[in-house]
Amino acid sequence: MNRLERNEKLIRLALLVVAFSAVSILAVITVFIFSEGSPIMLKYGFKNFLGGLDWYPSEKSFGLLPMITGSMMVTLGALIIGVPFGLGCAVYLTEFSSKKLRRVVKPIIELLAGIPSVVYGFIGVIILVPLIRNTLGGPGLSVLAASIILGIMILPTIISISIDSLLAVPSSYREGSLALGATRWQTVKMVLLTAARSGIIASIILGMGRAIGETMAVIMIAGNAISIPGSILDPVRTLTSNIALEMGYASGEHRQALFATGVILFIIIMILNTAANITSGRRRRRT
Amino acid sequence: MHLNPRHEQKVIHFALFFCTLVTVVILFLIIVFILRKGLPVVNSKFLTANPVDMGRAGGIFSTIIGTLALTLLAILVATPLGVGTAIFLTEYTFENKITRIIRFGAECLAGIPSIIFGLFGFILFVNKLKFGWSILSGALTLAFMILPTIIRTSEEAIKSVPAAYRQVSFSLGSTKWQMVTRVVLPAALPGIVTGIILSMGRSIGETAAVIFTAGSALRIPTSLFSSSRTMAVHFYILAREGISMSNAYGTAAVLIIAILMVNIITYYLMEKFIRKYS
Amino acid sequence: MKKVVFACFCLVAIGLLSGCSKGARKELIVAGSTSIQPFADRWAEIYMKKYPDRVVNVQGGGSSAGIQASFSGAADIGTCSRELKPEEKGLTEIVVARDGLAVIVHPTNPVTGLSLEQIRDIFSGKIQSWKEISNRDKTIDVVTREEGSGTRGAFQEMVMGKVRVFKGAIVEDSNGTVREIVAGDPDSIGYISLGLVDERVKALSLDGVAATEANILINQYELVRPFLFVTCGPPSREAKNFIDFVLSEEGQNLIKMEGLIPVQSR
Repeated sequence: MNRLERNEKLIRLALLVVAFSAVSILAVITVFIFSEGSPIMLKYGFKNFLGGLDWYPSEKSFGLLPMITGSMMVTLGALIIGVPFGLGCAVYLTEFSSKKLRRVVKPIIELLAGIPSVVYGFIGVIILVPLIRNTLGGPGLSVLAASIILGIMILPTIISISIDSLLAVPSSYREGSLALGATRWQTVKMVLLTAARSGIIASIILGMGRAIGETMAVIMIAGNAISIPGSILDPVRTLTSNIALEMGYASGEHRQALFATGVILFIIIMILNTAANITSGRRRRRT
Repeated sequence: MHLNPRHEQKVIHFALFFCTLVTVVILFLIIVFILRKGLPVVNSKFLTANPVDMGRAGGIFSTIIGTLALTLLAILVATPLGVGTAIFLTEYTFENKITRIIRFGAECLAGIPSIIFGLFGFILFVNKLKFGWSILSGALTLAFMILPTIIRTSEEAIKSVPAAYRQVSFSLGSTKWQMVTRVVLPAALPGIVTGIILSMGRSIGETAAVIFTAGSALRIPTSLFSSSRTMAVHFYILAREGISMSNAYGTAAVLIIAILMVNIITYYLMEKFIRKYS
Repeated sequence: MKKVVFACFCLVAIGLLSGCSKGARKELIVAGSTSIQPFADRWAEIYMKKYPDRVVNVQGGGSSAGIQASFSGAADIGTCSRELKPEEKGLTEIVVARDGLAVIVHPTNPVTGLSLEQIRDIFSGKIQSWKEISNRDKTIDVVTREEGSGTRGAFQEMVMGKVRVFKGAIVEDSNGTVREIVAGDPDSIGYISLGLVDERVKALSLDGVAATEANILINQYELVRPFLFVTCGPPSREAKNFIDFVLSEEGQNLIKMEGLIPVQSR
């Protein structure tokens, strides 16, 4: 008896250690990035670092503002494109289409999520960039191109989670509204979207997180210029591209500055993730 | 302008249908475009010959090996950790502070952008631990990236095994560990395997984390410490530098087909699993 | 279950051991400049055909990355397409070829040549439209390389001097990518290794001198930079074997065919 109990206790301990692997890895990554990136932010001051307009590492100038603006503009653009189409698609598939159609189309949309980002970037370069250059002007490598491609990339996230949220709304809500004489769209507009609000917001926040964190597609189509874009047709560099372009050779303070870029990125994503968790948690606790 | 609600609905209905149509059509266009330009290039020679002249000629064999090696090793590392975590969370503890911390850790890990993993892997594995650009560095980095997915899917799979299975096992006198390994895990296997295959799909397409840790060497890797190029990295380099557009399309076609197959297998496995327990 | 876990451990152990038993790295890693990369890869291909038991792996990353990798040991040979900076002089450097730097535009661009000053003004943002040079009223799309690029370093040193490339310039991380962009955009201008110029782009003449190998050999075309192989300390035996091949007549003839200037002829 005692030996069996002891074995079981050992197994439990071993599993506990294993279970902490995910947390430990996260902790290691966090500690690593913060320890490498913080000294330089403290040295140059947050204001200079975050608000500086000049990224010129060979002259020790580490202003991240153009890249922060770049990331924000491109993400906003992605949301402008991705949210209407994504939500529209989700509402159509849950409220207006047959169940059979949804069962066929939902996995197809999830396939969109599986396409590698480099393929998206490639399509952007081959098709979208020349199109923008020839019809709207500018080099084609632009905020607009990045926004469109990123918007397409975040569609599966928004659609999937919104569909789940809409399906989770009790059918009594729908039936009650229809019984009162509302049309399906009025039901959606006034009842369902409100009821599923937290899940939908969570999906949008997660889509934001995906857009901000995307690297390969953006490097290929955004142009990577280190200035703040004046229009959506101008080239732009995001925080992620900044790291990827210069990581291979950066040393000393330059490398620390890239880690600091990573820290900023990390913090933004953590805030977004926590926000998404809180908003979807609120839904879970209410129903 | 106040529309009659019925008319409003007709318009909206069309608009929403349009959104869905656009989404699905975009997907089809992308896949058809790549396959149409890429499939003609793919033949048995393309798949079995090595790249020649920086990829301008020859095939993609070494990149297929690289992709397989990286993916398999990543899964080998992440699966014990992930399944172990899932077992712990479901069988060996109640919902308390510890489980919340573990779950929080896994979810945060899931949200970290791939470039940060690449940065981390580059500094830690390639430089500090002196593994250099290697399959080992790349696989370890990928393993960290897919860990949250495996934890999540394994946990769901284990949770859906009916309580009756466990009770019967105990009533027959088994220990907890025997119950887990001989009853629960085999029953949850399809769900767990689904998670693994899903992670495979993600690893196959991953570029940012891989290019900075496994490098981009063109030869067939000879050991874990060899640098190696994956199909995704190869495609990226071919396409970016205009080395050979036709080979780029061919590589992309192989990539897309591999991922399509992964998704289809995942879908059918999940259907089978859901049907089994509902 | 236990058997499966055990089998997994065995597989991993075998994998690790197979790497260790023959030495943690038995292949030569050559990493760095994207300008040198295609040529290094060519050398490696022929070298490995000649000596089937030797393995050479060529990576990119940029000249500064190659220097870093050389210092850190991640690469056996770092490649660099510019002169070493004073703080990098601790490395052993070997010139393996010389390469011209070509300023390129789209083949349909009517401009065929510029002065050094015009190029500097374009890249610094002083001249913003093609109409100041030819008749077309189009904004110039300037393409430059990333900071760690040897090509950019050479360009900065030889053309820009103290003047910065302007902020709004498009930045790409390899010669091939710059060539692709210029080949696709009729209003663009960029600079790449002369050896990589092909029919998709047009190389401009500089102050009236055409960008050709012939003109470099007679010292007329001035934008020339060395291709360096660098090692931390004296090269290892495998590295020396490879370097000897590269500097041999066979190796130098190889690159002459590809458009580089062999190191012997000065």
